Amino acid sequence: MYENGEKHYIARYTTLVMVWVSLIGLTWLTVKISGIGFGTFSIIAPFLIASIKAFLVVDYFMHLKYERPFFKWILLVVLGTVIILAWLVYEDVAYRPL
Amino acid sequence: MSIRESYLESGPGSKLASWIFSTDHKRIGLLYLAVIMSLFFVGVTLGFLMRLELITRGPTIMEAQTYNSLFTLHGVIMLFIFIIPVTTSVFGNFMLPIMIGARDVAFPRLNLLSWWIFVAGTILAITTLILGPADTGWTFYAPYSLISGQYVALAVFAVFVLGLSSILTGINMVTTVHRLRAPGMTWHRLPLFVWAIYATAWILVIATPILGVNLLMIIAERFFGIGVFDPAKGGDPILYQHLFWIYSHPAVYVMILPSLGVIAEIIPVFSRKTVFGYKAIAYSSIGIAALGSLVWGHHMFVSGYSYTAGVIFSLFTFLVAIPSAVKVYNFVGTMYKGSIVVDTPFYFVLAFIYMFAVGGLTGVILGALSINIHLHDTYFVVAHFHYIKFGAAALGFFAALHYWFPKVFGRMYNRRFANWSLLIFFIGFNLLFLPMFVLGYEGMPRRYFDYLPQYANLQYLSIFGSWVLVIGIAMMFGNLIKGLFRGKPAPQNPWGAATLEWQVPSPPPKENFREIPEVKHNPYHFENVRRELD
Amino acid sequence: MSYGIEHTAHKDYTGAKIGMWLFLFTEFFLFFGPVLLYTIYRFRYHAAFTASSHELDLAIGSINTAILLTSSLTMAVSISALQRDRTKLSLWMLAATFVLGVVFLINKYFEWTEKFSHGMYPGGEALAGGPPGQGVFYGLYFFLTGLHGLHVLAGITAIGVLAFMVLKKKVSAADHVRLENAGLYWHLVDVVWIYLFPIFYLVR
Repeated sequence: MYENGEKHYIARYTTLVMVWVSLIGLTWLTVKISGIGFGTFSIIAPFLIASIKAFLVVDYFMHLKYERPFFKWILLVVLGTVIILAWLVYEDVAYRPL
Repeated sequence: MSIRESYLESGPGSKLASWIFSTDHKRIGLLYLAVIMSLFFVGVTLGFLMRLELITRGPTIMEAQTYNSLFTLHGVIMLFIFIIPVTTSVFGNFMLPIMIGARDVAFPRLNLLSWWIFVAGTILAITTLILGPADTGWTFYAPYSLISGQYVALAVFAVFVLGLSSILTGINMVTTVHRLRAPGMTWHRLPLFVWAIYATAWILVIATPILGVNLLMIIAERFFGIGVFDPAKGGDPILYQHLFWIYSHPAVYVMILPSLGVIAEIIPVFSRKTVFGYKAIAYSSIGIAALGSLVWGHHMFVSGYSYTAGVIFSLFTFLVAIPSAVKVYNFVGTMYKGSIVVDTPFYFVLAFIYMFAVGGLTGVILGALSINIHLHDTYFVVAHFHYIKFGAAALGFFAALHYWFPKVFGRMYNRRFANWSLLIFFIGFNLLFLPMFVLGYEGMPRRYFDYLPQYANLQYLSIFGSWVLVIGIAMMFGNLIKGLFRGKPAPQNPWGAATLEWQVPSPPPKENFREIPEVKHNPYHFENVRRELD
Repeated sequence: MSYGIEHTAHKDYTGAKIGMWLFLFTEFFLFFGPVLLYTIYRFRYHAAFTASSHELDLAIGSINTAILLTSSLTMAVSISALQRDRTKLSLWMLAATFVLGVVFLINKYFEWTEKFSHGMYPGGEALAGGPPGQGVFYGLYFFLTGLHGLHVLAGITAIGVLAFMVLKKKVSAADHVRLENAGLYWHLVDVVWIYLFPIFYLVR
């Protein structure tokens, strides 16, 4: 047994199946709209949908929703780091004298 | 089995196995010490030979190709095997759990696995030494690293394996600090060394994987030609430099932060006074870790990347000097009006502060975009980073060795002799590297195995310095090894320190504490402790 | 035989979870590097990347996405089942996850060999004559899907080991954190694929 009798979140089967149905639905949607060609949106849309899917997996399948705040904070730190690192590299490639 | 049995005593059975399969954090710390120090002496020898080669112009004791391999290996060994892991793996492992009042790290078996992976990486690195050492420099820059005929992929893979070991150590340390602090050990009662290791561990976790995947791409380029860095195939070699320095610049802080933590431990003990600006030192560790991750571009000022990026990276480079300077001010502020006891570890601290100041200030000079164009890839840079990595970071580790030696081995070395060896080390170091600032300013490029006649005199001075330095190192470690076998038994708290590791016997018992202590004071509260040495 | 000190029976559930999440973040950064390169090259070689993306088989990509998403569901159900002490259901779900992972890899194998047979691999004849961006696209495609494939392989190995441990009652309702951690790893592999799918197949 684990010490200090921590309560563990146990996911309900129906919740999990609902999440799965949404994931498959979003996949169908993203395949359907790919290549329709509405300019910039056809680049943004797939990544927007992918992010919703990733959010569903992380929050429900990986139980992040039910974890203590510390886990959410480190996720934020990681995402912030990624954004800053990418921004600094783009400062180079976007303005490079060629 | 007595419950107070020292961790150094082995039960019946194979003695070797009781060490190399031990999950005791103290033994693992010493395992790291053994491997790292043997490789350190290899690295010193390589550096010594490189200097010796320059004693006459043209080939003296080796050809240019050998020289290229030598500086590559010297870099790989000294950076990836010695200075990046040394303080974190040896004293982070040995001291951190005791300092926070824990019996071990969070994942003891993972800790042992990290050591084994580290050994595997070390063996791979040595294998390249025998087969045909890489000649790319420790930075493995594309596109040359893609076409060099030496065993570059193997060397790169060795660094990847060492990185994996770092990552696992980092995960272990972060989790340990979060989960295993003793009752009453709040965040603001953590010894400053623990803060430093904590910040370091975060850098290891976040930055190392980026280097890892970058190295994997170099391997994939060499074997399959995936073309992402090869300009002949449409790749962009500058992007390799980005990904390389995203890790390797923060790695400089992986080297220096633990040493700064060591210094922050030693100063209050020998000033008999609580540390000045505890929170400033603690948070500046985090500040250095965060800001230090945003300055990698100053290694690329002449790579042909964009001016915009150059300006931004130059600015961030100036900013990171602020938390570094905060630390130095606080160190000096702690000494102010203290009742200073001058003893061996304190001499190391004084030498450290000088080295760190010289290295740090020349770093600000190099961070200035325009001056950098003139000084880039000259001896000036070589001198600067040796002051930081060797003069400061490695000296901080030597300070830790002399400070914690009585606790770790339960014996005392000859302090007088140690002071003399430090003096000779200090003189040799400055003779070796101070002339390099001038040589670099006058235009002597790094990594060349030959030079123009006008550089000869300063080269001789620098080579002479390398001999003095080697004598200093030999004296220092000879003295420690003698102390290890013949030294007088050390008392429990020789220096009169207040942190938890000095409240247990020397050497510490297997389980560290009979009962987990309850912490009631900050770690620099000297009222109830006294010095046990004359 | 352990040479360490005898630790008191102490299992830190939260500590184990923290360690695993930190490890997952290192994996995340591992994939971040090449994906960052992809975003840069995509703007530099816009036309070649769009053209190359059309050469990939969207049907296989979509099917593989569905397979991994479903395997994530079975993994999550397996953990819930074990926590409720329904060992048998948990084992069946682990088996399903394992099989789905293998099917994913088989599909990937056919997708790769199909490209190889047309000379579309780094250094292959079909790419040698193409525009430079095409070579970079396939370089990144093989590197990233290959790296992801290795993670799938590691994941199904872990699931196999965990199934054995559940069978032997070493992992149970009372002590389930190892299964949870294997699940976290498997879900991460899924999240990575969720992004690789649009990167290579959809943004055309």
